[in-house]
Amino acid sequence: MSAVAASPPAGVQARAHPRRPSTLTVWRWELRKLAAQKRTYLGFVLASIMPVIFVVVENIHQRGGHRDNIFAAQITQSGLATPVLMLLFLSVFMLPLVASLVAGDIVANEDGNGTLKTILTRSVDRGQVFAAKALAAMTYAVAAVFLSAAVATVAGVASWGFNSIRTFSGTVVSAPEGLLLVFAANACYLIPLLTVTSIGVLLSTATRNSAAAVVGTVGFVIMLLIIGQIPGLAGIHPYLLNEQFENWHGLLRTPTDWAPIAHSAWVCALYAVPALLGGYLVFLRRDVAGG
Amino acid sequence: MVEEAPPVKARGLVKRYEEVLAVDHIDLNVRAGDVYGFLGPNGAGKTTTLRMALGLITPSEGVIELFGRDPMREGARALEGVAGFVEAPRFYPYMSARKNLDLLAALDGDGASSRIEEVLEIVELAPRAKHRVGGYSHGMRQRLGIAAALLRRPRLLILDEPATGLDPAGMRDMRLLIRRLAGEGITVLLSSHQLPEVQDLCDRVAIVDSGRVVYEGALSELRRQGGAGYRLRTTDDERALAIVRAQAGIEHAITGAHGLGFQAQESDVGPLTLALAGAGIGILALTPELATLEDLFFRLTENDHAGTPPSAGPDEGAPTTAGAPASPPAVAAATQRTVEIG
Ligand SMILES: Nc1ncnc2c1ncn2[C@@H]1O[C@H](COP(=O)(O)OP(=O)(O)OP(=O)(O)O)[C@@H](O)[C@H]1O
Ligand SMILES: [Mg+2]
Repeated sequence: MSAVAASPPAGVQARAHPRRPSTLTVWRWELRKLAAQKRTYLGFVLASIMPVIFVVVENIHQRGGHRDNIFAAQITQSGLATPVLMLLFLSVFMLPLVASLVAGDIVANEDGNGTLKTILTRSVDRGQVFAAKALAAMTYAVAAVFLSAAVATVAGVASWGFNSIRTFSGTVVSAPEGLLLVFAANACYLIPLLTVTSIGVLLSTATRNSAAAVVGTVGFVIMLLIIGQIPGLAGIHPYLLNEQFENWHGLLRTPTDWAPIAHSAWVCALYAVPALLGGYLVFLRRDVAGG
Repeated sequence: MVEEAPPVKARGLVKRYEEVLAVDHIDLNVRAGDVYGFLGPNGAGKTTTLRMALGLITPSEGVIELFGRDPMREGARALEGVAGFVEAPRFYPYMSARKNLDLLAALDGDGASSRIEEVLEIVELAPRAKHRVGGYSHGMRQRLGIAAALLRRPRLLILDEPATGLDPAGMRDMRLLIRRLAGEGITVLLSSHQLPEVQDLCDRVAIVDSGRVVYEGALSELRRQGGAGYRLRTTDDERALAIVRAQAGIEHAITGAHGLGFQAQESDVGPLTLALAGAGIGILALTPELATLEDLFFRLTENDHAGTPPSAGPDEGAPTTAGAPASPPAVAAATQRTVEIG
């Protein structure tokens, strides 16, 4: 260290109201941190490799004949069937897992590294840091969903063409309209997925342990799946988070059935709002005694 | 103009961790311009106190304010003009030093990013700034911690054992840097186990033991109280000893291999020299021996609090004592030990 170096870094006069950074700035840096970590890409790889595998297998092993699902039946007729099928498959487990990989890690990782004390002694409030982290985890989930959808669409269209497609109700929609519906379906799916992300952020904050938070979040989804299978509990199905993963089906009907989307919005809010509020309060009050 | 609140003021600060009472009713008064040493044995509660100062943990009782602002109530606003770190500074290992500072500067706002190159130069990390912090040595991270603190242009710098793990040159540089920053008017609150360094740098100290302040005040006052010892060599030590013992205000006179040792106030030493001269005894050497901070530290922290030196009075700036009641005999006994060693 040079005691004779450059001019003084410090002015000792009290400065009037230095401008404090905005939450958006903190969020941008949360994204940069994510971008700088290898593990971030693991989720992206998981989200994008599945459509590729699916398309490759379907190309090699083209099964004709009747299939239960209307989109599965059209798989070789329109490339747009691929993203819909992939959303159907990945929405239950894979995409929640990908979202929780980052959500469960986003606070706990800084706890483990001791960097929480580093950022909490700067000029941003704890609430801002929490909000930025929750937003960054959600941004990641959004990116993973649309990455997966984009890969599936490109692979499907490249293999089987940009053709019109029949929806659940049997109506044929043009290719551009189909593409718009694919986008909208993924956007609707984000409602329950961002709820899973919120739960991941809560567990990350409360457990202070990345592995526990990731496993806990995925475990929660699996637990709801199992609860959904228990005979006699049919009455609670509409209120289970995992049931909301299918909220987008209504978009692929004619006329559009908005009811499941509206229903999922408020059911998800029942999970997400307490999770985020709980995480926020825990983060605000917690002792940063490690690191 | 209203007088500004002190950089650090703690009142009745308590932190409990389940059964552990880490900090036990601590009062601190760091004044503007102080280089304030915060000392205590392992587990005394220094880091815990500094964590409360920085708003990282919530006090169980009491308050600590920085420039009159409570970090618990005012959050980041209370840290305006304050920087530092507790325990080892931590960074994102997967990013370079510069990127780490970029990030912290963004979280500081107020033009901090324009100072990155400058602070990297100060801690001599500029040539390695592009490297990932994950590959940094302990000492390099320590330096980066200082750089990160300086980005904030602090008026109060809180450093928890900043020299830990630095090589001798690094320690010297750290000392020079702290002195220079203090010279620029920055108040420094320095927790350290390097007692000679503290003795060299600090003007005021708080010594904590088992979560309680056993001394707070001017270092010079502590040393004056704790060790007004003298060494005396004469032409006839045996007769001199009798005179010394008979002299009013002189205590704990003893002989040793290198002459006599005794304790006295400076005002009582003059009459003693006259008495010796009157008795025809020549004075070969009379040297005052202030106890080192290290001596005092051990006395205050290894005697089950019994060695608390008496308070010099209630007026502002006078040293304050807390914890166990003052026990002059224990001070005397410990002082005598020092004199014997001397
Ligand atoms: N998070 C925690 N949980 C439980 N006990 C804690 C925690 N942090 C500190 N303590 C306890 O509080 C006491 C004070 O610890 P602290 O780290 O403040 O000591 P210190 O003076 O900084 O010591 P050192 O010189 O070793 O750094 C110790 O007994 C310690 O075990
Ligand atoms: Mg410590």
